[in-house]
Amino acid sequence: MDARTPEPAVRVDRLTKVYKTSMAVDGISFALPQGSITGLLGGNGAGKTTTIAMLMGLTTPTSGTIRVLGADMPRERYRVLHRMNFESPYVEMPMRLTIRQNLKVFGMLYGVPNLKARIDEIAHALELTDLLDRPTGKLSAGQKTRVSLAKGLINAPDLLLLDEPTASLDPDTADWVRGHLERYRAERGATMLIASHNMAEVERLCDRVIFMKQGRIEDDDTPARLLARYGRDTLEEVFLDVARGTSHEAAR
Amino acid sequence: MNGATRDVMFSPTRVAAMALRYWYLLRSSFARLIELIYWPTVQMLMWGFLQTYLAGQSNNLARAGGVFIGAVMLWDILFRGQLGFSISFLEEMYARNLGNLMISPLRPFEFVAALMIMSLVRLAIGMLPVTLLAIWFFGFNLWGLGFALAAFFANLMLTGWAVGIFVSGLVLRNGLGAETFAWSIMFLLLPLACVYYPVAVLPAWLQHVAWTLPPTYVFEGMRALVMERTFRLDLMIQALGVNAVLFAMAVAAFLGLLASARRNGSLMQTGE
Repeated sequence: MDARTPEPAVRVDRLTKVYKTSMAVDGISFALPQGSITGLLGGNGAGKTTTIAMLMGLTTPTSGTIRVLGADMPRERYRVLHRMNFESPYVEMPMRLTIRQNLKVFGMLYGVPNLKARIDEIAHALELTDLLDRPTGKLSAGQKTRVSLAKGLINAPDLLLLDEPTASLDPDTADWVRGHLERYRAERGATMLIASHNMAEVERLCDRVIFMKQGRIEDDDTPARLLARYGRDTLEEVFLDVARGTSHEAAR
Repeated sequence: MNGATRDVMFSPTRVAAMALRYWYLLRSSFARLIELIYWPTVQMLMWGFLQTYLAGQSNNLARAGGVFIGAVMLWDILFRGQLGFSISFLEEMYARNLGNLMISPLRPFEFVAALMIMSLVRLAIGMLPVTLLAIWFFGFNLWGLGFALAAFFANLMLTGWAVGIFVSGLVLRNGLGAETFAWSIMFLLLPLACVYYPVAVLPAWLQHVAWTLPPTYVFEGMRALVMERTFRLDLMIQALGVNAVLFAMAVAAFLGLLASARRNGSLMQTGE
């Protein structure tokens, strides 16, 4: 590697995951440059969630290598876990605890300095200040998503992994969340990997898109180049082409 | 942010974070607090009155004053110690929060340490009122056992934690389908650890099995203390030795089951 080129935030090489007889991820390789936002797309069972789980050290790869923020995963995960975080509406926060209590617990787990000030800051940024002492289980879906995002950002991560960050949100709240993610990237220079089925979201946020299908990477490019190559107007049409294999050869 | 200070092998702050999380949970529900006291109280009253009745029927049983109440309270320390550990762990499964914890810098030993602390907290909330009630109702003062009580308590807690660690590993690996072990596994020890009767009552071959269990030494020691006024230090040292082996095996099993859960992707699906 060129000495002047910074190491990618994430580098995955020939990553494979086999569950008993099922191939979940099949020898994929990619790198995420620092400060980039990448969309990880694919139908159900394409291998997106397993890939993200391996990046976080939650699932052990069958073979291949993963380097995250300069650490070999999962072997050296404790070197970097405090610099990364994950947000998903499908991974719930403890319902009986108030937002403040949840953020305090996770802030302590991540070793956040000046935690009280950080909780106030993030609550203000995500418009949660008036809700801080309310039990998390008594919030609306949109409020819960913002709490989940607050947990994901509590340690000001250099790498943020997101799984369907705006699922089940109304368009206004979803737009607000996307705006916040854009601002966070601009201010922090953080790297993000977003698994999503919302193509409008991916077009707006992502510098680059990785399409997965049956555990493999089917395509990997910028949204603009993908649209041009597939001769389509929207990423949703490209998604359908990739998922159904209808214009795969033409795109090549 | 300074990552070097946070990449430590064992962080008291992370242990405190998890203990705080369980404390918040416990104090958020009055019903949970009452439940901690309810069953030990019912047990103690039932065995206490039974002993009062039997003592009036036989001189031998009259001599054994306090054995049943002592046994039931020590059994509760063992059972509630394990349950307190396992329930706190199960709360993460119920809340579907395990994924959040496993991707955080929290290390397995810190997680286990927090569960141990909470098992002590839950036990204290449950047992302190019961020991006072035992003095009031039956004149049995568990605290009067002094150093012996400390030795009994330490050995029983070690066993409870070892079982709790093993059960947590099973649930991590197999999901909530394995939850039933958390509630029932300790009852396997109830007949074998000779809680309410001497080891000599068991068939000879089963006595060998009984002596592989640390609580057996504790309950024999308690009977010797209450009935013969003799503190059997030898039994406590042997119990500690067996506990050390049991605890090491439980930790090894937990780490093995955690590694297996990572291989099988079961940490991603922490439901049934």
